[in-house]
Parts: sequence; structure tokens; C-alpha cells
Amino acid sequence: MPARVVTLQIDGRDVTARDDQMLIEVARESDIRIPKLCYVSGLSSYGGCRMCLVEVEGTSKLLAACTTAVTEGMQVRTVTPRLTEYRRMILEMLFAERNHVCSVCVSNGHCDMQWLAQHLGIDHIRFPYVYPNLPVDASHDRFVLDQNRCILCTRCVRVCQEIEGAHTWDVMGRGAQSLVITDLAQPWGESESCTSCGKCVQVCPTGALSEKGRSVAEMSKRREFLPYLTMMRGETGNE
Amino acid sequence: MLAEELKNIAVHEREAKAAVGACVNVCGAAGCQSLQSDALAKALVEAAAAQGYGPESCVVRKVGCLGLCGAGPLVSVEPAGIIYQRVQPSDAPDIVNALQGPPVKRINLDSKLPFFARQQRIVLENSGRIDPERLEDYIAADGYLALTTVLSEMTPSDVIAEIEKSGLRGRGGAGYPTGLKWGTVAKAIGSPKMVVCNADEGDPGAFMDRAVLESDPHRVLEGMAIAAYAVGASEGYIYVRAEYPLAVARLKTAIRLAERQELLGNGICGTQFNFRIAIRLGAGAFVCGEETALMASIEGKRGTPRPRPPYPAESGLWGHPTLINNVETFANIAPIIRRGGAWFAGIGTERSKGTKVFALAGRITNTGLIEVPMGITLRDIVFEIGGGVPEGRHLKAVQTGGPSGGCIPESFLDTPVDYETLTKLGSIMGSGGMIVMDETSSMVDVARYFMEFCMTESCGKCIPCRAGTAQMYNLLGRFVDRTATRADLAQLEQLCDLVRNTSLCGLGQSAPNPVSSTLRYFRPEYEATFATEGGE
Amino acid sequence: MNERKPTLATVWLDGCSGCHMSFLDIDERLLELAQKVDLVYSPLVDRKDFPELVDITLVEGAVSNEEDLKKIKKVRAHTNVLVSLGDCAVTSNIPGMRNPFGVRSIIDRAYVDTVAIPRPAPSTVIPRLLDRVRPVHEVVPVDVFVPGCPPSADAIYKVLSDLIAGHKPDGKSNLRFGA
Repeated sequence: MPARVVTLQIDGRDVTARDDQMLIEVARESDIRIPKLCYVSGLSSYGGCRMCLVEVEGTSKLLAACTTAVTEGMQVRTVTPRLTEYRRMILEMLFAERNHVCSVCVSNGHCDMQWLAQHLGIDHIRFPYVYPNLPVDASHDRFVLDQNRCILCTRCVRVCQEIEGAHTWDVMGRGAQSLVITDLAQPWGESESCTSCGKCVQVCPTGALSEKGRSVAEMSKRREFLPYLTMMRGETGNE
Repeated sequence: MLAEELKNIAVHEREAKAAVGACVNVCGAAGCQSLQSDALAKALVEAAAAQGYGPESCVVRKVGCLGLCGAGPLVSVEPAGIIYQRVQPSDAPDIVNALQGPPVKRINLDSKLPFFARQQRIVLENSGRIDPERLEDYIAADGYLALTTVLSEMTPSDVIAEIEKSGLRGRGGAGYPTGLKWGTVAKAIGSPKMVVCNADEGDPGAFMDRAVLESDPHRVLEGMAIAAYAVGASEGYIYVRAEYPLAVARLKTAIRLAERQELLGNGICGTQFNFRIAIRLGAGAFVCGEETALMASIEGKRGTPRPRPPYPAESGLWGHPTLINNVETFANIAPIIRRGGAWFAGIGTERSKGTKVFALAGRITNTGLIEVPMGITLRDIVFEIGGGVPEGRHLKAVQTGGPSGGCIPESFLDTPVDYETLTKLGSIMGSGGMIVMDETSSMVDVARYFMEFCMTESCGKCIPCRAGTAQMYNLLGRFVDRTATRADLAQLEQLCDLVRNTSLCGLGQSAPNPVSSTLRYFRPEYEATFATEGGE
Repeated sequence: MNERKPTLATVWLDGCSGCHMSFLDIDERLLELAQKVDLVYSPLVDRKDFPELVDITLVEGAVSNEEDLKKIKKVRAHTNVLVSLGDCAVTSNIPGMRNPFGVRSIIDRAYVDTVAIPRPAPSTVIPRLLDRVRPVHEVVPVDVFVPGCPPSADAIYKVLSDLIAGHKPDGKSNLRFGA
């Protein structure tokens, strides 16, 4: 079925879009930046971080902009006091969940999570820190996985499966015990499926995945390849 | 199998049963089986033989759940209508000896007890009466009659109309109108369509679906086949947890027997209708009871929920339109077809029709499985049917709906049980677990127990559920340790609100319920634990 | 403001002194601040006891040992506006990195595993380590948070100016965890 054109309102602005587009994408095209952590343009939507929850007129439920298709006449609010408070709390819980020590992180200054915290005006964490004891996997020649900084957004899992086609990454365990793993929880360096392409490192929003040899604040990520690759393959952003 | 053959089998079975002098039924469901009801059945066979009974005068059968699980192993004697409780193999000679006289007093259970008399059995009509491993037993109880009727006399839309007329709502917990769901799948574009039975019963204290599957598996298969015909599906899956080995074994047997008689498979009952059912075992994740996670698991993926829409009715298993219903919902289908939607709609309340199976557990005299009409009060369930709270203690609260439910205090016991009222009280109908608590239970402990459950069963996909349940669990720990402050209570309530409104799936959205419902009715218990006056 | 200048104190718990350095990096504006505020207690001045009541106290560092705990409770009781200055105070930061391992294992690492002749860890003179390093606000209520490792001199200057002027910082500053 060919996509139809719909008009909707985001934060009071009239916007036109195709009806197979997701809200987050449409908002972005109009330069309305909805906070996000797990969503990255060019990969399938995951809907896990809940940062992009928005209010839509006519429904009491909050909807994730990355998994909600636009519809005709939709009225969307992306910033309200309630949404901001929810986003703050969720992000604070994320900081408390693992050992995110920005000051000594390779991604200090280049981190989506750190940036979002600043953007949301978070100046301290109201929840007690959990301080779990988590491993670091430095077995790969070129890359390092630090579980202490992982937020389980699964960008690495998706890029590896959907773009590289290797499916080296996956998630094991449940709840707060979940961990991203390579192959069947084998050391990354011994992975037979990993092609060492490094896409996972580039899409990782935090310092969980980094290149070896980078010191504090030296790990900036290059994500430009992703929309390019996706476009070259003739896929739309959210299939 | 054709309708005619089915009828012949039924008639033959009934005649054969009537010809037997006495029928001794031993419960072979998981509860009684764990109390060695197998050995008991063997002892009864031996005792019957020793006392000169032949197969024409006394038959010992293993049947499904008789309901009063707390008093197992249970034995019933037909046609006398006697029930024995806590039967040991050593009681076997006496039971056989009493076949022609008065019942054995020391183990006799009054079958006129409110526990039995106040129940109304539709889903459990065959439970404890038929041998779940014999297809003929089910056929003799009008089994597969509804399926043959549907295939020979009704169009798919007739079937859906009948289900709609019955007012049946999903028994998995949310109470979505079944007919409406079927209609949506029937209208959905795409083929093949799928029918899935959700048998991933995981609430603590709930064992309704297990009992149905162990006691009357064909009923579920028949319901699924009728559903498949109604929505135009050709493939079915039963997703059952691996922790139910007996239910799995009986389902396998039932599917094999039904396929052999062409009640499942290709060309069902001599028609063009094909429907195959496969079993998929859950590996112990509670979240796989959530429909989108369940489908992911059937597809061989990690069992995590995904956002809806698209709903399974549009895009379910492998992207095909999929109907998902719970075991108990499917178990209601055959009787509705046999006796008509209007009959079913005559039972229950205005918006909640029919009966509901509950698993009574906790501080209650009669632990076990009951089926009652919707609209019965909690008081009747707990005190009449359940026999009240033992040891002279007082009832404090009734927990319904498992980890997604809430605690209802004594003062609301006269509320009629239906979907809407339970929701209004801050709990939910849920799948049917009902845990009774007396004054020795600390509601803070209860809330923390359920929060721990939600925390360990969170799939980890969305942050509010994964991290929020962990934070709430830790906070509740402060109340248990009596180190909490007023600020902690405020944060706890804030977290309840957050997790409810921002979680991805139903598990997370309902995870705060045990906390918010205990806070609603038992707030002083939380406040009594404050470490210092007014907190920090 | 009446003629009495507001009083300012700074304390140093488990931190590297970097936040105090950054404070000094305010440079010539220190002179301006000195006009407006009395520095009554600090590692930078020679006074042994914490004053009876201080208007503004900047706290650097996390709460790591028994002395920190005692100190911060006392400071809180004698301060109007308590400011968590820097990531160690706000998040526990580097000192908190020992938390996942437990206090026993790090003491063993320092005094037993890595020395030729193991001796028991010191238990007198040096304050006993707490089981867990905690950010200041997990121990006592905190009024203002200034994250950063360290917070920039500009940020500290702005927060202090706001507080001296008698209003709470607006929170919309460019403060962030880390740098």
C-alpha cells in the first residue's frame, strides 16, 4: 500500500509527513528534537529507553515517538512538565543502575546520556546508586566493552544484526542482570562471528563500547555511516 | 471423525459406564499426584481385585482435579457421589469394602459442603469426572460436539456472533471481549492466520490453567479448533510453561488422539477445514505470558515484549494475523457453542458474564480450585466456599491478580467479583489467583514480595520496569528494616506513578499495583515503620 | 543584605582538592568575592572548629570514612545553604569506584595482597572506611548541587554570586557530570 500524506501538529506546529513514518523521525525533520537513547536513525525501533515518550491528544497513555506512526490530525506535545519529570527520573535511574563515572570515561563530553542529563537539568541523582560489580571485556584486539557504562539500549545488537549481518551481539539475562554479550557469552576477542567492523562501537551512545587506545574524553563516535548505508540498501529508516 | 461416529462413541461410552457397578475416581492432577495418588490408584486396583471385583463391577480411573487440593489425595466414588479426602494407599481396602454400604467415615468428605455446592462449573465441568488421557471419556461428555456442530451447521461469522452474544471476556486478566478479538482477526488481511493458546501461567499462587490442561485437555483443543474455524486460521500453538510437565504430557497425548480421530489435522470431521496444533514450551520467564513476548518466544527469539500497535490481530506470529487467548477462555468456547451464547450471558453480572475459576491459596481452610459465577462476593468465596481463615484468625486482605494485582481489605469483601469492580478497588481480576492473608501478614512484606517478583521477572528491555522495580524493591526494604523516612514514602509513590505510566508492557505498567493498593488501604503500616519522627 | 556580610565555609571530604583548585581559579574575581563574603572556615584558612552558623558551605568530596560522616553531619547542622561541590560530593565519583568490590577487598589489596610482609590494616589514627562511599545528599540534605570534575571556575563563581545575592541558582547552568 503506498504511503499517504498526513498532516499533524507537533508542539503546536503544523507538520506534514507520510503515514508510514514514525513520530520521532517526523519531529526531527521539523527540527523538533525529542530526547532519545535507544533510537538511532537507520536502525529498527526498539522502544526501550522511554525517553521519547510524548503526549498525544485523545489518549491518556504516553506513546513512544520511535514506535508510534503518525496519523492524520494527530496532536502531539513533546515537552510538558510531566514528560520532563518522567524523563529525568528515568535517566536518573539509569545513572544509578550501573557505574557511570563520567569524569574518567572515554566518552566524557561525547556521550548521549551525559548530554541528555545536562539538557534535562539533572544536577544530582535522587535514587541510591546500586554499584553493581560488572566486568570489562578487553579481549578484542581493537575494541573494549565496559559493562559498567552499558545502558542496554541494544543499538550494538541491532546494528550488528541489521546492518553488518553478523549478529555477534545479543542480550543475556533478565531485568537488571541483563548483559550485552558476544556470541554465546564468549570473550569478544574469541568471537568467530565478529567481523571487527566496529559499527557497534560507533553507534554506542555511551562509553560502553570504545576503541582501544583512547583515553578519557577521547572517544567521539562517528555515526554518519549509518543513514548512508541504510539509504544505499534502499531501506527506509524504520522497516 | 464424523458427527455420527462421534455420537456412537458417546452412546457406547455412556452405556459402558452405566453398566459398571461402581467407578472409583482418583485425582491424577499435579497436586494429588505429588501426594502419591499414583500409588493410591494402584492400591485401589489391587484392593478391588482382592475383594473379587471385576472390570464390570468396579473400575478405578485416574481423573483430573477434584478441586479441594488442600485435602488431597482425593477420591470420588460414582454413582454414589461420595468424596474421600487425604486418602492413603492403606485406606484402599476400606474404600472398596464400602462400595456397597455407607461410606468410610474417617475419610469421608461431605459432598454437600458449600465448597462443592456453591460452585458453578462450566470450565471445570469435566474436571475430576473424566480420564484426561482418554478421548472417549471426553466425547461421552459431549466433547467435540460443539466442533462438529460448528463445522457442519455454522459459518465462521455465526460462530463469532455467538461468542459475541455470550459476552465472554478474556480470562487471562485484561478482560478484552473475546468475540470482538475474534472478529478483528477474522477481518485481518493475511494468511496463514494463527491461533495461540497462552498457557504460560506464572502468577504466584495461581494454578487454574494447569488444572484445566491436566484435567480436560481436549476442551482447550476443541476451543482452539473452533476459534481457528471462526477466524480462518490453519495453525495453532499452545505456549505452555515447562514447569507443567504433566499438563504438557497430557496435551501431547490429547493432540495425538485427536489427530488420529481427525478432530485435528487435515480435513477435520470430513470437511475441508485444516488445523494443526503444536506445543511450545516456555523456559521460565514470567514476561512470556505477555502476548508480544510470548510470540517472540514462539518465534525462537528472546522473550521480550514489543510496543503495540501493531496488535497481534493484525501482525502477530511471524507477521501473520494471530489470535491469542488464554486457556480458560478457550475452555469456555465449547459449552457456549453447545448451549448458546444467550445461556452463557445469563450467568454473571451485566458486564462480566459466565464463571471464573479461582485458585484459593494462603490462609484459607479450603485450599484449591473453584469455579464461581461472576458477581459472587469475595466474602462468599472466602468464607462460604473457602471455609474462612483457619486457626481462629481474622481475615486481613485478599490478594487477587498476582503480581499485577492488589490487596483488597476486609472492608470491601462484599463487593461483587467482576472485572470493573476489582479494577475500581485498585486490584485486577487477573488470571484467577486469590491469596488470603490474615492479621499476621505484614502488608509491607507482601508488597515487597511481589515487587521482588516483578524485579526478577522484568525482562530488562525498558528502563522504568528494569531499574524502577529495583529501586522500589530497595526502598521497600527500608520499610521492612524500619529505616525508612517520609521522603522515602514520597519517592516510593513517585516511582509507582512513573513505572505505571512509562513502562513498555503490561508487566511493568502493573508492577506498582501491589504497592499502590497496600498504600491505599494499609498506609499506616508503612508510616509505622518510619525510623524517626517525620523522617529526615 | 544588611551590613553583615554572609559567611562562607568550604570543607573537604574524600576528594582530590581539584574542586578547591577550581575555586581558586576564579582568579581576580576572588577579590570581588572577598568584598561580599567572609570566608570563615576552609582548608585554605587556619581555623580548627567549624563555626556555630555559616551561611554558605561548599563541600568537596564524597563521604568515605567515619570522619567524613561525622564532619558532614556537623557541617550540615551549622550551615544554612549546603552546596555539594563537584562530582565526588554529588555522585561519589572516583571514591565511589570501590563500592562494587566491597571495603574488605580493597583494604586487602592495599595492605595485604600487594606487600611483601603483610600487616594488618591500620585501625587507629586513620579513620575507618565506611562499607560504602556515598554522595553527600545520601547522608544529609543538600540544598544546591554543582556537578563537574571539577566544576569550572565560572560555574563556581556564578553559583556563589547567586547565593551571595540571596537567590537559589536557577539550575539552568551548563553544569554536567564529568567535565
